[in-house]
Amino acid sequence: MLGWEFPPYISGGLGTACHGLTKAMSEMGVEIIFVLPKPVDSNMSTHVKMLSPQQCRPRNRESSGKAFSLTDVEKEFANVSFRTIATPLTPYGTPEFYQKKIDEIRRQKAGQVQQTLDETLGAALSGKEASAQAWIRASETVAYESDSSGQYGGDMYAEVHRYAAHAVRLGMQEDFDVIHAHDWMTYPAGIAVASVTGKPLVVHVHSTEFDRSGEHVNRMIYDIERRGMHAADRIIAVSYLTRNIIISRYGIFGDKVEVVYNGVEQNGESRVAFNKVGIRNDEKIVLFLGRITMQKGPEYFLMAARKVLEEIDNVKFVMAGTGDMMHRIIEMAAQMGIGHKVLFTGFLHSKDVEKVYQMADLYVMPSVSEPFGIAPLEALNHDVPVLISKQSGVSEVLTHVLKVDFWDINEMANKIIAVLKYPPLQLTLREHGNFEVRRLRWSGAAEKCLKIYEGMLQHV
Amino acid sequence: MPSVCFYFQVHQPFRLRHYTVFDHTPRYFDEFKNASICRKVANKCYLTANRLLLDAIRRYEGRFRIAYSLTGIILEQFEKYCPEVMSTFDALAETGCVEFLGETYYHSLSFLYSPAEFIEQIQKHTETIQRLYGQRPRVFRNTELIYNNTLAESIEKLGSFDGIITEGADHILGYRSSNFVYRPVGCSRLKLLLKNYALSDDIAFRFGNRTWQEYPLTAEKFASWINRINGNGQCVNLFMDYETFGEHQWEDTGIFSFMYHLPEHVLKHPDNNFKTPGELIDSYEPVDTIDVPHIISWADTERDLSAWLGNAMQSNALHEIYKLEKLIKQTRNDELLADWRKLQTSDHFYYMCTKYFSDGDVHKYFNPYESPYDSYINFMNVLTNLKERCNQSFYRDDKRRLSKIS
Repeated sequence: MLGWEFPPYISGGLGTACHGLTKAMSEMGVEIIFVLPKPVDSNMSTHVKMLSPQQCRPRNRESSGKAFSLTDVEKEFANVSFRTIATPLTPYGTPEFYQKKIDEIRRQKAGQVQQTLDETLGAALSGKEASAQAWIRASETVAYESDSSGQYGGDMYAEVHRYAAHAVRLGMQEDFDVIHAHDWMTYPAGIAVASVTGKPLVVHVHSTEFDRSGEHVNRMIYDIERRGMHAADRIIAVSYLTRNIIISRYGIFGDKVEVVYNGVEQNGESRVAFNKVGIRNDEKIVLFLGRITMQKGPEYFLMAARKVLEEIDNVKFVMAGTGDMMHRIIEMAAQMGIGHKVLFTGFLHSKDVEKVYQMADLYVMPSVSEPFGIAPLEALNHDVPVLISKQSGVSEVLTHVLKVDFWDINEMANKIIAVLKYPPLQLTLREHGNFEVRRLRWSGAAEKCLKIYEGMLQHV
Repeated sequence: MPSVCFYFQVHQPFRLRHYTVFDHTPRYFDEFKNASICRKVANKCYLTANRLLLDAIRRYEGRFRIAYSLTGIILEQFEKYCPEVMSTFDALAETGCVEFLGETYYHSLSFLYSPAEFIEQIQKHTETIQRLYGQRPRVFRNTELIYNNTLAESIEKLGSFDGIITEGADHILGYRSSNFVYRPVGCSRLKLLLKNYALSDDIAFRFGNRTWQEYPLTAEKFASWINRINGNGQCVNLFMDYETFGEHQWEDTGIFSFMYHLPEHVLKHPDNNFKTPGELIDSYEPVDTIDVPHIISWADTERDLSAWLGNAMQSNALHEIYKLEKLIKQTRNDELLADWRKLQTSDHFYYMCTKYFSDGDVHKYFNPYESPYDSYINFMNVLTNLKERCNQSFYRDDKRRLSKIS
């Protein structure tokens, strides 16, 4: 499996999805080699610690492969082994953001970009259909890199391909039956490994460029996605919404695309009353939890918040998360004159997420385009009623939730007020929603994936 | 000698328009939707079925007889949106072979919450039927056949009814059959008619079901089932929604042709006849008493109240609306009273039902809302506005009084 983030330090739903899926598959006895780009961002350094030798014991693979098994979760992940590749790839970065990161790292390390690597990679990439030989050559080159003074490609795209080259190197050393690539940054790696090893390739589409950027798609990313989808033997979409995008925007035949809904991990803990820090107890809390970016519709949340505040006063709106629109949204709240009613928490780690769920009266996901949306399931798991946009994949599987068009501010505000004003509504949503979400397990998703694997292996 | 007794329930609610917390206009009902649904159902069902049954009554010269229960608010809608349906009911009434039953004018659940309001609505309905069709209802059916001993007692106390109708639920009958006239426990005069749900549902639910082993159901076959009861029952009570004809069972299932031929096959056997509920009560003496301490209804497989009172939202909405009774009646404002009463129609609470919601079945089919939660939000927003109007009306009265004094 080719992925790029893994809990506990994640920036979005993708890491959660990979975690849940691999765990469920492992419990079914499937052996998984999970390849991760090793995050080098200082914020993420704890993640590296998680994989550090004190806690983890190396497997019998050669050290360059960095094989670890996590002791604390050894049972759950008995069949999963991790391989990391040094790269500053983060799943939701933009090219500009990435460039800045690279420059920083270069300054810190004062290292020189390895000319030879760039050249070989250039060769591998220039023949658009990256040929197996070129990839093998590229992988040989990257093998010379030492992890401690990792060298980095010039831009995000080169980095994606450098990750691919590393993956090829790992691919030649490991033994496996199926390649499963999660989202666009791993597609080139998936194609490369498939072309070198001849193993069948599944690409798992957790989101598309159209979800992230609306109509202003990044051509390069779109091309990578398109190439990955066309090269794949099977495509897994997280919802019918995404499946439709894959068929209509990427020109893929429908019979190649299957829908596997995400799940959520059971939360056995009972709801404990927490002190609402900085918020009076008689105040209601409406929660936005997610990246503050165009795709998630934060401005619609604010506009609805203003409408709600016209009718009721004892309510606070909490926006948990960061993102490229964070500053604009903070300014917007101030301009609307509701700055004192909107709290920004920044990025929350899992413990704080629990806390914020326990405080919330309603979770709102006003996404403009959401391929799936695991967060509402987690909210329901924490007994928080949810209001989601109809433009989300998760609305295909949930019935005991409130639904609204993301642009319909009036209706959004109407429903938020109703939840705050009529306690029986909150009660019924919570009871039925929590019951419904118990049916959405990762084991179901894992079973479907296995069936897809089996179908492919029969053809081979 | 079973007497076949048909009773058809005719009802449509006044559906609410989309009403957000930001709305303040006192217009709650969706005129356009109600008009178009009323006309659609009239064309598919009411007009066609009325003409067919009128024809049958004339053909059999009084030997084919039926009963209707028309709610007050469906009559209001006919008058407003499709008066031609009114004239076909007039024609049916004039044959003398059609009986009209009594019920609450607003198809409400008032029996459960307010005895005074319950009686007022029955009286309003009785007056309307008398005015339109020149007959006083003698047999009472409560909304959705909701029933218990207390209901029977209070209906007997009213004095104007001789009979009452409910579901022939297995658990109230035990080993007994629904094909007899009974007496409710605690009543001395009132007679009880029970729906034969097996035969009623053969027509109302299973008729067009191709996977049903008795499919296709012909008039001949159905008549033979009725003949089997001969010697072991007084009556066969076939009670169903009138919308069965043409709306629940579409015309292409052959439901109309089934009804056209049924009288002929039933009357072929010399012991069979058709009677209306009132005539059953006149013809037969009760064979036993029936005890119903707990509330029953004709809904779903549970035969209980859970379709209207199964979750916290429904219970809250019902309590809130009946809490307003005193306030509304104090305003002595007819407009407020009418709006409040139209909101009592049981359908509004049925839409909030979360039972089976995820499975998507009949509950969804008749629901104008996307989800039960949407319907609750809408209803509560309307109710909040109604409450504000009551308070404003008092405020105005106070000001008027004050200005008089000064």
